[in-house]
Amino acid sequence: MSRLQVVSGKGGTGKTTVAAALALALAKEGRRTLLVEVEGRQGIAQLFETEAFPYEERKIAVAPGGGEVYALAIDAERALLDYLQMFYKLGGAGRALKKLGAIDFATTIAPGVRDVLLTGKACEAVRRKNKQGGYAYDYVVMDAPPTGRITRFLNVNDEVAGLAKIGPIHNQAQAVMRVLKSPETAVHLVTLLEEMPVQETVDGIAELRGAELPTGKVIVNMVRPHVLDEAAVRGVTGDRRKEVAKTLTRAGVTGSAKLVTPLLEQAAEHAERVELEREQRAALGQLGLPTYELPLIGEGMDLAGLYRLATELRKLGVGE
Amino acid sequence: MTLDAAEPLAIDPLLDDPGTRIIVCCGSGGVGKTTTAAALGVRAAERGRKVVVLTIDPARRLAQSMGIDSLDNTPRRVKDVEGDGELHAMMLDMKRTFDEIVEAHADPDRAKAILSNPFYQSLSAGFAGTQEYMAMEKLGQLRARDEWDLIVVDTPPSRSALDFLDAPKRLGSFLDGKFIKLLMAPAKMGGRAGMKFLNVGMSMMTGTLGKLLGGPFLHDVQTFVAAMDTMFGGFRTRADATYRLLQAPGTAFLVVAAPERDALREAAYFVERLAADDMPLAGLVLNRVHGSAASRLSAERALAAAESLEEPPDPADASAENPAENLDDRRIVDQEAGKAGDRGSSDSSPHAVASDAHASNADVSHAHASDADAAGARAGIDPDQVGSDQVGPDREVPDQESVERLTAGLLRLHAERMQVLAREQRTRDRFTALHPEVPVAEVAALPGDVHDLAGLRTIGDRLAAGGPPAGAA
Repeated sequence: MSRLQVVSGKGGTGKTTVAAALALALAKEGRRTLLVEVEGRQGIAQLFETEAFPYEERKIAVAPGGGEVYALAIDAERALLDYLQMFYKLGGAGRALKKLGAIDFATTIAPGVRDVLLTGKACEAVRRKNKQGGYAYDYVVMDAPPTGRITRFLNVNDEVAGLAKIGPIHNQAQAVMRVLKSPETAVHLVTLLEEMPVQETVDGIAELRGAELPTGKVIVNMVRPHVLDEAAVRGVTGDRRKEVAKTLTRAGVTGSAKLVTPLLEQAAEHAERVELEREQRAALGQLGLPTYELPLIGEGMDLAGLYRLATELRKLGVGE
Repeated sequence: MTLDAAEPLAIDPLLDDPGTRIIVCCGSGGVGKTTTAAALGVRAAERGRKVVVLTIDPARRLAQSMGIDSLDNTPRRVKDVEGDGELHAMMLDMKRTFDEIVEAHADPDRAKAILSNPFYQSLSAGFAGTQEYMAMEKLGQLRARDEWDLIVVDTPPSRSALDFLDAPKRLGSFLDGKFIKLLMAPAKMGGRAGMKFLNVGMSMMTGTLGKLLGGPFLHDVQTFVAAMDTMFGGFRTRADATYRLLQAPGTAFLVVAAPERDALREAAYFVERLAADDMPLAGLVLNRVHGSAASRLSAERALAAAESLEEPPDPADASAENPAENLDDRRIVDQEAGKAGDRGSSDSSPHAVASDAHASNADVSHAHASDADAAGARAGIDPDQVGSDQVGPDREVPDQESVERLTAGLLRLHAERMQVLAREQRTRDRFTALHPEVPVAEVAALPGDVHDLAGLRTIGDRLAAGGPPAGAA
């Protein structure tokens, strides 16, 4: 598997959760993964039920089987100050720059600089070596911006390279772009089996391909089991409603006569959803990408649910 | 229920009040903000108001449902809206909006110089804050035209819901702030007392930025800044004006969320932020809430009943030879489709066993099943009208066992629904405990997406009904 795993997806599809589960799944047999977030939302800290992270890599979880997951919330401003310090030994001048609004300018407004700093930090972690000469992290998983912005976010280095035509930012952008466009990187899109997220996924994949960024997997999240389908509902003809009511009574359900209609209504809604999901699956199938499906965690997402998703991902072959 | 239900949010009085001039729908991504904005627009128009809906990045089919799939940055009247009111809708083109500001405030030569500047082109094509700024700019323009009694505005899909409040200020203060002025004319600052150290910092900074970004980049910025010079004051002024407009009594914020932990956490955060900024909050719209008309049957009892029905009297009956094979096959196809990625064997649904038994069968039927069955589903199924005519002569009459299996399925489905209800209730209670003062309108979940006016009307009806769907409270 590629060493930089970028996870994007439409809002509400659970991309942060999937990124975290992927980081856990990849930390197999003593491996180390780094989970990075780039949008300053502290979503990872919330997911792991810890305090907000400072700007440093810290261990947040031990994966099933003994691997370790580290996390880092990348902050563009801090990344830029670090960067200036590293290359120019700025020290106090960094603070002066900050006071003037120059750092804000560079990290918020100056086109693409922010994105170069964020992706640059992730790429640095990918390439970092430890004392033994091996990689510091076996995998880096990025909880990336949503599908609608992912191509611009990753490709912005091209844009910066066009704007900042010389200088270290330019060089940095070039170096980052080489990693992002190589097989070292895979961009996964998380979706639900609903029309809007699927449409965004289809559009997002087209954009990634257009920008020659390496597409990874489509990860269908929150898949619900199909308990009943349309045909089964249709099987309940008018006079069989009575039989259903009788069967309910026999199974120990009281007041069953009044329950038949609402239960059948729920079944009809379910059947309709099953059909919609089938259409959406077909649309995803057209993309010609490998697909993972993750089950809906019925009890709501918490740490236990996260580990369950990680286990599901391993069953699907993640980290093999 | 452990807490008193929040006060219901009355949507119709809000829409009907002529004093309501702007409704802002905000919330985290994927909660149905745009759909809510569109549904409010349709409802307000059909209740007699002259409305314009400003959407930022609508899903294609939602845009089509209002006839605004072409992007021209101008409100277009939406056809087929009933009643005396009017509905107009537009999709924001942020680059076009930015260009228009430049064109309106600079002479043609200068405008041309700005529009062709590489720095301007990157800035206007959408960097952190530009979209938010332009959305607010457009809102200000629409309000200034005073052609509509009500503007419903959707907010951009930001990193966080707060960006759209902050970004305009940020962009405004950059474009007309200290830093850019320094970039332009450091000499001007030199004479002032106490500015010496700044000047040192300044030359160091331009030097550093020059090194970092490269000379040509800084040159582009400086040309841009020089060309924009006359417009600078305007940016801050406009940002401030829009900000004040949002605080005005005619504005109502609706925080939109889904009954999920993250979305409601963000909603709570937003409620607090609006209060801190004196922005008038009308209430919370909670989308996609599930209900059940059979809620008196608990998940536990439904599962227990399902299990009692599924205990096979004689294992031999469970073989593939059973007379309900028609039903089975179709069901199995679903199951297989659902398992395309192999969700593993932990599936607790009652058909997991059956589907394994038919695995090879299902692979064959998979390919044609979707077309054949999709048509059936679109026809819609009204359980009260499911008649015997739908069981064709070629379909074998289900026997006692299949009724049991069907009933068990209905019970399991119900149990699943009740678990969803319980989870949604918990997340909602958490929000209500934090913000008991916020009125809430709950919108019952629809099975599919909305892509026509009829669907938007349905959402509008559910919004106005406001209360929890049956069984959800």
